[in-house]
Amino acid sequence: MLHFGIRTKLKKIIMRAGDENFDLIIEPNRTTADFLRELIKYRELFFFMAWRDILVRYKQTVVGIAWSVIRPLLSMIIFTVIFGRVANMPNEGAPYPILVFSALLPWGYFSNSMQLSAASLLHGGAMISKIYFPRIILPVASVFVAVVDFLISFVMLCGLMLIYGYMPSPLFFLLPIFFIPATMTALGFGFWFSAIGVKYRDFQYITPFLLQMGMYISPVGFSSSVIPDKWRLIYSLNPIVGVIDGFRWCIQGTSVSLYVPGFIISIIVSIIIFIYGMKFFRATEKSFADYI
Amino acid sequence: MLAIKVENLGKRYLLRHQRHQRLYDLLGDYVHRISRRLKNPLAERSKPANVEEFWALRELSFNVEQGDRIGIVGHNGAGKSTLLKVLSRITDPTEGRISLKGRVSSLLEVGTGFHPDLTGRENIYLNASILGMRRNEIKRNFDAIVDFSGVEKFLDTPIKRYSSGMQVRLAFAIAAHLTSEILIVDEVLAVGDMEFQKKCMGKMDEISHKEGRTILFVSHNMGAVLQLCKRVICMEKGHLTLDTNDVNEGVQKYLAMSSSANLVSEWKNPGNLYDDENFKPLRFGLYDVYGNPLSASVRHNDKLYVEIEGEVKEPAQDLCVGYAMHSQQGTLLFWTYQSDQAESKNELPVLNGHVCLRSRVPLEVLNTGEKRLDLSINLYNKKWIVQPGSGEQPKISFNLEGPLNPSPYCVLRRSGDFAIDNNWKLI
Repeated sequence: MLHFGIRTKLKKIIMRAGDENFDLIIEPNRTTADFLRELIKYRELFFFMAWRDILVRYKQTVVGIAWSVIRPLLSMIIFTVIFGRVANMPNEGAPYPILVFSALLPWGYFSNSMQLSAASLLHGGAMISKIYFPRIILPVASVFVAVVDFLISFVMLCGLMLIYGYMPSPLFFLLPIFFIPATMTALGFGFWFSAIGVKYRDFQYITPFLLQMGMYISPVGFSSSVIPDKWRLIYSLNPIVGVIDGFRWCIQGTSVSLYVPGFIISIIVSIIIFIYGMKFFRATEKSFADYI
Repeated sequence: MLAIKVENLGKRYLLRHQRHQRLYDLLGDYVHRISRRLKNPLAERSKPANVEEFWALRELSFNVEQGDRIGIVGHNGAGKSTLLKVLSRITDPTEGRISLKGRVSSLLEVGTGFHPDLTGRENIYLNASILGMRRNEIKRNFDAIVDFSGVEKFLDTPIKRYSSGMQVRLAFAIAAHLTSEILIVDEVLAVGDMEFQKKCMGKMDEISHKEGRTILFVSHNMGAVLQLCKRVICMEKGHLTLDTNDVNEGVQKYLAMSSSANLVSEWKNPGNLYDDENFKPLRFGLYDVYGNPLSASVRHNDKLYVEIEGEVKEPAQDLCVGYAMHSQQGTLLFWTYQSDQAESKNELPVLNGHVCLRSRVPLEVLNTGEKRLDLSINLYNKKWIVQPGSGEQPKISFNLEGPLNPSPYCVLRRSGDFAIDNNWKLI
């Protein structure tokens, strides 16, 4: 009986949506009611887009992969020299290059994926003005390139640990969990910047600048334990702080203690950024084709 | 059964006159608005003064039955492309409502989403999935697509190495294998060589006639509309001006509407030009069989006359008055003079006083397209009074519309400047 009741109710809803059994109604300001269902319908396009981006990126294999190796390597050397040697920051029981690299990994992933997703709409401009598909596919699919870059860097980290004979902690396997807030923050910003960038082209120049600023205020080159305790909670408002701390905690294990309140704040902030970015994107996506 | 129902559709664009493109302007505008709000919190939000409204579509309503093949015609800027964009969900309508039944594929430009660095094979998968094909559908149709496009030798070559013709062929081949119930097509046949265009038309024909799918087709090629469609919707300034199942009538009406402004059918001497005592041209124009100035395009079997009115103060035996006809591309087709009518020497009447000459335009030998007529007046081998082709001379023009004849195999424009009348017989 209950089952039957739900069925008729559903039917009524469907009947109201389309008077004569139409599959789709287009009206002003009508956001697709079943956003998720549409995403599932277009899941193949999503993978095709990700596949295309990766293919294009690594088509000239030598250059593509070399670039993803050289960039983090150089950053690591610079940070190690400046923060480890010159500024003599505490290393928390791990070789300084590993300390730096375990932060460069999430930071590189975050900044790559945010930059790619912020630029995705402008790169896909021709498609947006010619074909319909859920627009959100573009910023989300572009993150996959950053994932591949991340995996390459990850292999480098493993190599680094071998060189230093450094045993990672058993928490190492929790690493993927911290991927989630990093992705959410990157996507939240990516949604927002890509949607604004459609209308205001200046934004494509602002993102790299903001990311560079972000790298200096995030604990990439140093451990966040150098921040005075009374500031740590506020410092954690930067969601990447939580991600980097989490990564270090997984790699360096119990030698660093995870600052839990800060971590929770970081997670909450990343969720807020994601939801807000998504909302903004959904609210503006209908007009993309008019501006691009 | 209805496939598409369009009710009271409108799409408004705000033209911002090149402002607001920069963030700086946006911030300035915000500050301005907020400060005004603070000064007078009760004032209504008004739209900024530098924004102008433009309705690309307005109060548009029509229904499309399943299996209909509709040709949407209209001038540039009539709103056809906007309509297709709204129908295919690329942009949102401002008012009204569209109800759709079945999957919709839109083909507003062939090859959208092609990536130059990827191979032909990779691009087939990518483009087909962008157009809404499922992976197993693509796999199933892969060979047919390759076959139709004729690029099988280059499947593993990046398409940046393809010729543009090959890219277009590949793109159309993918689009032609879409399986959606409603197909929205915008002017894609305007690309590729004649042979491929024919192939495309054949494929479109097959899709619509045999498979009974709904097609919305925008084109400026009336031949293609005549061949493909069974209903014509004519648009003007965002409104629907004609909706008819009589395709011939629809095309005719559209052509009548499209006697474009740059076609001048009559020239009149403003008073002091070419003030020659041997012949001063006063009027040079094109007229229909009733003597009315030409107001629309002409067809192959219409009758069309050129009239030249002038004044002769000093009669000359060797005066030649006529015109030179040029094709749309500027090729000289022929010269003709009133003196051509002489049957023997010295039999030509000498023009004197106020004269008016008339000559029938040999439409039956001309191919379709725009034709330009330059006035040409001279004293034979002595002097030019009005020299054709100089750019300054009085010129009039008309448009000869196809198809040349009712044959289903003569719909696209034939090559060549001339097209002879039907003189074939089965013997």
